[in-house]
This record gives sequence, structure tokens and C-alpha cells, in this order.
Amino acid sequence: MSAYETQGFKLDNSGKRVVVDPVTRIEGHLRVEVNLDGDNVIRNAVSTGTMWRGLEIILKGRDPRDAWAFTQRICGVCTGTHALTSVRAVEDALDIKIPENANIIRNLMHATLYAHDHLVHFYHLHALDWVDVVSALKADPKATSTLAQSISSWPLSSPGYFRELQERLKRFVESGQLGPFTNGYWGHPAYKLPPEANLMAVAHYLEALDFQREIVKVQTVFGGKNPHPNWLVGGVPCPINLDHTGAVGAINMERLDLVVGIIDRTIQFVDQVYIPDLLAVASFYKDWAKWGGGLASQNVLAYGEFPDQANDYTNASLLMPRGAIAGGNLKEVHDVDLKDPQQVQEFVTHSWYRYPDEAKGLHPFEGLTEPDFVLGKNTKGSKTDIRELDEGAKYSWIKAPRWRGHAMEVGPLARFLVGYAHGIPEFKEPVEMVLHKLDLPLSALFSTLGRTAARGLECSWAAHRMRYFYDKLVASIKAGNTATANVDKWEPVSWPKEARGVGFSEAPRGALGHWLKIKDTKIDSYQCVVPTTWNGSPRDAAGKIGPFEASLLDTPVAQADQPLEILRTLHSFDPCLACSTHVMSPGGEELSNVLVR
Amino acid sequence: MTRGKEEQRREILVLGIGNLLWADEGFGVRAVEAMQQGYVFPPRVRLLDGGTQGLYLLHHVQAARRLIVFDAVDYGLPPGTLKIVLNEEVPAFLGVKKMSLHQTGFQEVLACARLTGRYPEELVLIGVQPVELDDFGGSLREPVKAQLGPAIGVALGWLENWEVRAEPRAAPDRIDGHGLDLAAYEGQRPSERAACRRGAPRFLAARGGSEG
Repeated sequence: MSAYETQGFKLDNSGKRVVVDPVTRIEGHLRVEVNLDGDNVIRNAVSTGTMWRGLEIILKGRDPRDAWAFTQRICGVCTGTHALTSVRAVEDALDIKIPENANIIRNLMHATLYAHDHLVHFYHLHALDWVDVVSALKADPKATSTLAQSISSWPLSSPGYFRELQERLKRFVESGQLGPFTNGYWGHPAYKLPPEANLMAVAHYLEALDFQREIVKVQTVFGGKNPHPNWLVGGVPCPINLDHTGAVGAINMERLDLVVGIIDRTIQFVDQVYIPDLLAVASFYKDWAKWGGGLASQNVLAYGEFPDQANDYTNASLLMPRGAIAGGNLKEVHDVDLKDPQQVQEFVTHSWYRYPDEAKGLHPFEGLTEPDFVLGKNTKGSKTDIRELDEGAKYSWIKAPRWRGHAMEVGPLARFLVGYAHGIPEFKEPVEMVLHKLDLPLSALFSTLGRTAARGLECSWAAHRMRYFYDKLVASIKAGNTATANVDKWEPVSWPKEARGVGFSEAPRGALGHWLKIKDTKIDSYQCVVPTTWNGSPRDAAGKIGPFEASLLDTPVAQADQPLEILRTLHSFDPCLACSTHVMSPGGEELSNVLVR
Repeated sequence: MTRGKEEQRREILVLGIGNLLWADEGFGVRAVEAMQQGYVFPPRVRLLDGGTQGLYLLHHVQAARRLIVFDAVDYGLPPGTLKIVLNEEVPAFLGVKKMSLHQTGFQEVLACARLTGRYPEELVLIGVQPVELDDFGGSLREPVKAQLGPAIGVALGWLENWEVRAEPRAAPDRIDGHGLDLAAYEGQRPSERAACRRGAPRFLAARGGSEG
């Protein structure tokens, strides 16, 4: 058995091994293995992507103008982000400038995606890690009402409302159909909320389910359809025609009124439901300000997002700033250049790919994606049924990206820390508000709690920015500006023989980059480094661990066969790997297998 | 739920789900695409390419009084077999111990629709047993592709039961374009040699150490 130190963490894989593996029909997505010591504290963590992504390869030879449509099919939730990143990569490669309106509409669609994605993640994935649905059945509706009214002015808060909801939930549970609540660790000792807080949270789970369908209409208005809205290299594919009422797909006053109504309701829901819930739930889980921080207190990275000026992707224009923080020094924010071959590099020492020299990383422009599925000698099981990985050898289909050699956390917490370190009030003030309300120090940010709080604050930030972009769009249109696309370089005859470009975005779950090379008007190479590549990264040539692995270390686990604590921390990253196949099977699938060895 | 919302419901939703980048996983999307290309429907019928949108399809499902779903299904049948499942038999079960929202499968969408009290009155799943899933960038295999016509026939039969007449289209209509429609998707694919695409572990294991 081996033990070693890296990045201030001590790793020891001699204890009992617990495997958390979401089993899906095809090779699955993310699997985590940890070793627990005699006190059930995590002393080693191994994060592995169990599915091979071949996107880079299927894009080879395709028309670069179509790449967005392929990339938005990689994934069920990040569709818009991949599409946006892809069109930006092509525009960068071919030096295409987009019109002001296109920039505003893209920002508005992207901010909408943030609000939608964060809301759904919090209520429909992450909240159930903290909220015990079954305990809600024991709540007193009147006390629930008092609680709800003490934290928010949200109108759905009467005793009758909670009583009716509790009855509904009871019938649901008694019918033996827990539906989306099946398979929770209900009654687990790590659940700390009183029944009333659980009932309130379940009510908001259902309200959020209802509300999220409103938000998505913004994508339909500007993208023409949803799911899978349309995108366009050179701008956006929706014409603006304010005077016309009947034009199919055109932006007119009626559509803009629909959009602004949705925006105002989004702001209201986030600020009156999500944020108060977040603070209320967090107040019962303040011990989670100690755990799950991982690399957040050391190294975080943001590519930046929301250019306020069209075609200006510098920090002078980005409303959400770019930067890297290294070694925990919040006083210095490093600039990030995605084209500099020395900055972003991917290593495959512990990944199932082959490089000529695996001691070195490769910049994505020079990236290689040649699979090499070999297992280390300490692996238990076989290639088709791995029971326990050997992290001393290759152990993941995820490459290990590094920024100037550092493993970096990406996502809402990284973005808020970069904004905070830049001293920008709209990031600094909400962080201080949360710390003050929870009576926690700045260091509490570097935790599972901090990461989950940052996502909520960012949801509110995005909702308010939706309104800002909407107002900006209306002002631009009223000034007589109706252009939404620049098609000067649409025809491939206008392109150089060879070109290369980088598209970047901040996906809701973190920094996303597409590196593209075009040759003879076709895609010659396409490399994506996605947020979960950063966060779920395996070890590198120097043995440095990635954010998921680091975040799990030193966390105590109450019950090894119900590792709710592991899910809490991993879910706080909103993990996502190239996804998602769903073959229905009779009787439903078991999605997550926990194996204790 | 109010009566008014009930009346606003689009009556019939024909939904194709799956990931068209994963060979036969694309069956549902291709079926709805072919249906759109071949027929014109009255406004109370809506055709939707749902992709792998999971929970984000919920409101479409909630809004439908009758729902037809095309999908790849694993019932352990011979590959390429059509399997029709009705109403309560369509599994509406899914767990919460997910690592990612992307595992929100369609069962969970159905479960959530039921939880919110807006569940289709009639539900028809038209499934096909896949031949091949582990081929990223690949298209439908012949036995599965051959079931597109019969699957659409089944859907049209149900629509007829519901007194919907579909008119054959004179000229084909396209849903998506952008290189993803079937002909372009298949035609522009690089050769297997140019693109080492058999990445799934069991194929790599079978290939041994040979170079791609």
C-alpha cells in the first residue's frame, strides 16, 4: 500500500475501499473510489471518468459551421454552452466580428441558462443531499408556515398551503411511489434539518419544478426552438422586426414582453425562494464549511464570461472576469491566455491515452486523443468489470488538465473568488452578506458549503444580469440597430487555407474551451476541455491530485455503505461528463451502486 | 391545477428521445425526424426532438394529454425488435443518487410529471431493441433503421385511434439540418481508420495493443 503527500494533503490508500459508481447502460460517467481509515475518515480519493469521449474524432472532416450542432448533442444540459463555445471558436479562427445585438442576445441566452441550470441543480439534484423528504411528513404545517414567513416574503407560505402539500406527499409515499424521491438515504444521521424545514424545501422543490419551464422559453424566443436552440457562426439566427407581428421567429414587441415577464419572475423566484432557502439550509449545516474545500483555497481558474462589448473578450469587457489564483494568494490574479502553449496543458500519465512522452503535457492545439486502455497491476477485477482501480497506473478516461502545472478548480466558486480577488463589488458584496448572515469567516468559502452558496449567489447575479441584457437589447433596437448576424465570411471561399481559433465560455459548471484547427475549409482538429475535465481530473505526472479527489480528503463518513457525504461534496461541483445515454429497462435502472470492500 | 391550464394543453405530443451521436441510441430522434419529414399533422399534434434533455422535457410532457415516445429500449429482446409498451407499464421509476443531472432519464421525467399531478392520460412507448450503442459518431444499424417505417406506422395507428389524420407530405421537411440530418451525418463521417472511434473499453480490450 502506498502513502504520499501532495499539495498539502496526505494520501493513504491502506484503509477500507468504498466504490461509488453510477452504473448506466453504457460505460457510465463518473466513478469515485475512496479509502476510509479506522474512524471512517476519507484518506484517499480516486476520481475516474468511465466513458470514453470521442467528440474530437467525430468532428474531424466536418464543416466548422456545423460544429455547434454536434457539440450541443454531447450533453443533455450544457447544450447552449457548447454551442456558444463552438461558434466563438470558429469566429476566432476566421476573425469574424459579430454585431452588437448578437452579443447582447447571446449574453441574455447564456445568463438565462445560468439561472435555469443553477436552480434545477440546487433543487432537483443537490437539495436532496440536505433535505430529508420523508421527514417532511412529520412537519407541523403551521410551524412550517411560520418558518417560511420568517425568512422570506414569498407569498406561497400559508399553513393551508403546506398542509395540502404534505397531504399530497403523504399520498404519494403511501402509494409506494416515491417517484423522483426513490432511493434517497432517508433517515440517514447526516440529515440535520427539522421536519418543518424539510417540508418547506420539498414545497420549493415542486415550485422550482414548475417554475423552471418558464425560464426556458427565453431560449425558444431567441433560439427559434427548444430543446436544441439554433446557433449561428457570425451572430444569432433570429431576425429583429419590431413592427411586424406575424413574422415567424422574428423578435417583435410581443416576444420581448414575454421575455421581460419571465425575467422579472426569475429574479423574484431566485431572490425570494432560492437564496432564503440556501441560507436557511446552510444554517443547519455549518460543519460543511470545514469539509469539501479541496483545491478551492489554493488554485482556482475562470476563463471569464459575458462580454459587455461585442468582440472584446478582455477583462475590460468581461462582466465576469477572467483570471487564475495560485497558491491561495487572493491578492494576485494571474492573467490567463488560452493560446499560450505554456499555460493550459493536458497530461495523460494517469489517463487512458497515449502520448509520445507522458512526462509532458500537451497544449490543446497539439492535443492527441489516442486511447490506451491498460490497467495497473494492482487493479482488482477485469477490463470489462473493474472492481477496484489502481490509481498508481492509468485509471481514467478524463485527461488531467493543468494551468502552468497546477490542478485548478473551476465553477461558480472559482468565478466568485476571481471576482472577489479582482475587488468587484457585485461579487464581493454578496459573498460578504452570506458570510455575515451565517456568521462564518472568509475561509468558510473554501468548502462544500461555500461552493453551494456561490452557485446560489451566481444564480441571483445571472437573473439580475438577464434584466440588464434585456434593457440593453431594447435600447439597442430602439436606437435603430437591427443587425443580428454578420455573414461576410459565411462562404468558405473567403476563408484562409489554414486557420486556428479558441472558443471559451464559462459554462454553469465551470470553464469550457474548444480549440479548433481548420484546414481546406474542414475541421482538422477539435479539442474540448470541459469543466469536469478540470474538476474530475485524475493525477498528473507529478502525482498531483485534481479538485474532486482533493475535496473528498479528510471528510468523515457516518456510514460507509451510505456515503451521503461523498455525494454532497461531489454534487456541490455539479459534475458533468460527456453524457447521456438512457436506455429504458423494465423496472427501472439502479443508477448508483455503492460497493464497500 | 386549474381547469384553464388543462384546456391549454397541447393534446398530443410525439417525442423522440436519445442521443443521435451514439448509433442506435439515436433511434427516437431519427423516428420523430422521419415522421416530420414524411407527414403533415394538425396543430393539436406536436412533434419534438427531445434529445437527452431529461428533466428539461418535463413541461412538454406535462402539457400533453396523450404522449407517444420513441426510444431505444432494453428489454432483452433480439436486436432490432420493436417493443410497444402502454400506459402503466412504462416504467416511471428512478433514483436520486445521481452523480449528475445528465442521468435524469426519462423515467424521472415521468415520475416528476406524476408527482406534479400532470401526467398524460395515455402513454405509448414505441421502443426498439438496439443492435449497437458503443459507437460514438455512428448511425443507426440496418436492423434498427429498418424499424423506422414500422415504428412510424405504429404511431400513425395510435394517432388514427385518436382521430388524427396525418397527411403525407409532398416534399420532405427538415427538422434540424446543420449536418446532423441523417444523410449528412452518415455521409460526412470520417473513415474508421481516420478516426479511431471504437473507444469503449470492451472494444479496445478486444483490439489488444493494435494501433488505431
